[in-house]
Amino acid sequence: MKHTISVLVENKFGVLARVAGLFSARGYNIASLAVSETFDPKVSYMTIVVDAKDEKVLEQVNKQLNKLIDVITVTDFTKKEYIDRELVLAKINYTPKDKSKLEAIFHKFVGKIILRKDDTAIIEAVGDQQQIKVLLDELNKFGIKELIRTGKLAISN
Amino acid sequence: MLMTGSQILLECLKREGVEIIFGYPGGQVLPTFDALYDFKGLKFILTRHEQGAAHAADGYARSTGKVGVCLSTSGPGATNLVTGIANAFMDSIPMIAITGQVPTALIGNDAFQEADITGITRPITKHNYLVKDIKDLAGIIREAFYIASTGRPGPVLIDLPKDVQVAQTEFIWPEETKLRSYNPRYFGHPGQIKRAAKLIMEAKKPIIYAGGGVITSGASGELLGLAEKTGCPVTWTLMGIGGFPSKHKQSLGMLGMHGTAYANHSIMDADLIITLGARFDDRVTGRLDMFAPNSKVIHVDIDPSSISKNVHVDIPIVGDIKQVLAEVLPEIKHAPSIEGWLKHVEDLKKKCPMGYKDKDKSKILPQYVIQQIDEATEGDAIICTEVGQHQMWAAQWYNYNKPRTFISSGGLGTMGFGFPASIGAKLGRPEKTVFNIAGDGSIQMNIQELGTCVANKINVKVAILNNGYLGMVRQWQELFYKKRYSHTPISSPDFVKLAESYGAVGIRVTKKEEVRPALVRAIKTDNTVFIDFHVEEEENVYPMVAAGEAINNIIGGLA
Repeated sequence: MKHTISVLVENKFGVLARVAGLFSARGYNIASLAVSETFDPKVSYMTIVVDAKDEKVLEQVNKQLNKLIDVITVTDFTKKEYIDRELVLAKINYTPKDKSKLEAIFHKFVGKIILRKDDTAIIEAVGDQQQIKVLLDELNKFGIKELIRTGKLAISN
Repeated sequence: MLMTGSQILLECLKREGVEIIFGYPGGQVLPTFDALYDFKGLKFILTRHEQGAAHAADGYARSTGKVGVCLSTSGPGATNLVTGIANAFMDSIPMIAITGQVPTALIGNDAFQEADITGITRPITKHNYLVKDIKDLAGIIREAFYIASTGRPGPVLIDLPKDVQVAQTEFIWPEETKLRSYNPRYFGHPGQIKRAAKLIMEAKKPIIYAGGGVITSGASGELLGLAEKTGCPVTWTLMGIGGFPSKHKQSLGMLGMHGTAYANHSIMDADLIITLGARFDDRVTGRLDMFAPNSKVIHVDIDPSSISKNVHVDIPIVGDIKQVLAEVLPEIKHAPSIEGWLKHVEDLKKKCPMGYKDKDKSKILPQYVIQQIDEATEGDAIICTEVGQHQMWAAQWYNYNKPRTFISSGGLGTMGFGFPASIGAKLGRPEKTVFNIAGDGSIQMNIQELGTCVANKINVKVAILNNGYLGMVRQWQELFYKKRYSHTPISSPDFVKLAESYGAVGIRVTKKEEVRPALVRAIKTDNTVFIDFHVEEEENVYPMVAAGEAINNIIGGLA
């Protein structure tokens, strides 16, 4: 089962390696990871998505995360209410006749074309995991040349 | 006053109460060794290998309860500390490891003797630091000692680049250390304490299962109080040895793979396990899904991640054992009614007692040697061990009565630990007789520390149970690999001549009647002594539970 875990940490070098190490040492792959400073520059916020094969192992990882000296709080959102978003940048095949088709898509999703050049367009879009999945299926009909995702951001509600 | 990084380091160590540093010099710690040259108030012990320094600091910490300190250079000096750091981490030993590092400008350039030691030790330290600015140094050292010695203790490494050692700054001693993200919890939850007391009073078949946390927390008095107030039998782990008097009538001895048969049967039959600072290690529980099937579990531990890790816990109590027991005891208004249970436990003791078969009277049995050491030292020595058969015999056949008198590598199982650890223990507790009980394999892993002993007049006694094998592995090969002794026969030097060549004393013992006189002579000798006991070659450690079996599925022993 996929877990979304947020970790509030001291903004110091080496913290990311400490956090990531707890997953890698158990053979767990981090599906996505987003890190940045908070309003307080001494504190960073990480959102980690991990696919846990064994819930007991993940519980142990969460406890071990709490034990790290530079970790301030750990929240596993899995059984909680939260809002999540992800930003996607995609470079797709594009010709002017595709314009209306693309505009139709952006009626349904939060996104826009940010650059058009020759036969490609770079688009940005924001949404939750389900929306992003549907959007990518739609965009794939044009042909996706390059895709970059921030990974999930999550905030409790 | 302006001070260099090296001077600040030494001044901080002194103010933290450090008396001894174990270590080895090298290129990137030259400035610190220069500062050490005429620094007053810190003793430095030059080991013969950095691994020896780390284990000696560990042995010092285990024997005294204080923080052990080791110091090495960068690169190979630092990586040689790694086994010692991992060993301290597994057994929750407070330790500060200080390593020199190449100058900050060269870090990451594959400079001579460069190793990313903070990266290497990240999973085996409680925390570690790379000091990049001399202004942070005093605060980091203060923090490091605070982290190493509080909560569940552990090793902390400080990596100190050469330019930071040389740089100068105004020395400011930080009066206090506060970390918003690190606040160990010492007091137990009042509701949980009441629930635990109720469960104890209502139990029909309770047992106390004590681990290394009892030693760390200094809770042996409270443990005795709990045992005597409730009448519960007490068993302990390898790390818990010394936390409860061996000869007490409620004592069941050690449990687990080489525990007493009656301790294993008792815990399997129990209806309540009162767990104090132990972690249900696989060497204790055996096959997990068959472990103590009808028992409820109370678990007191300062580390929340130890609770419900392997075994489901009914009443978790996060806190310091000494503190929590002091809170639980007044809540226990009456002893549980357990006469039938105690009779059952007594019957188990009679039915399957500890023992060994003395088949060939002319041979020296290793168990006999341990018993003789026990008698010759009146059970009052500090016993260090290496890892293997001799370690288990030392755990089984010596009667420990006090905490911090059994010093052994529990979690990591590090051969080569005991000898340097005995150096640290003797320096920490100079008034005690200190024995290192070793095998002929293990002693050869850090035998170079004979040089450290003799040069510093460190009076430790090394009892080698010499059977010509890597005995524990041979035992497994005998039992589980059809006696195919693949690379377990091992040759040794002449230990007597070797000891003598270093300036120590060597005694060889080949006859049973020579055992006691040799021990008496060794204890009287004011020098390091190696006693080479030629023991029965293929004696096995029993009782034994095969790996992955239920712990009441016992092979060997008298029952």
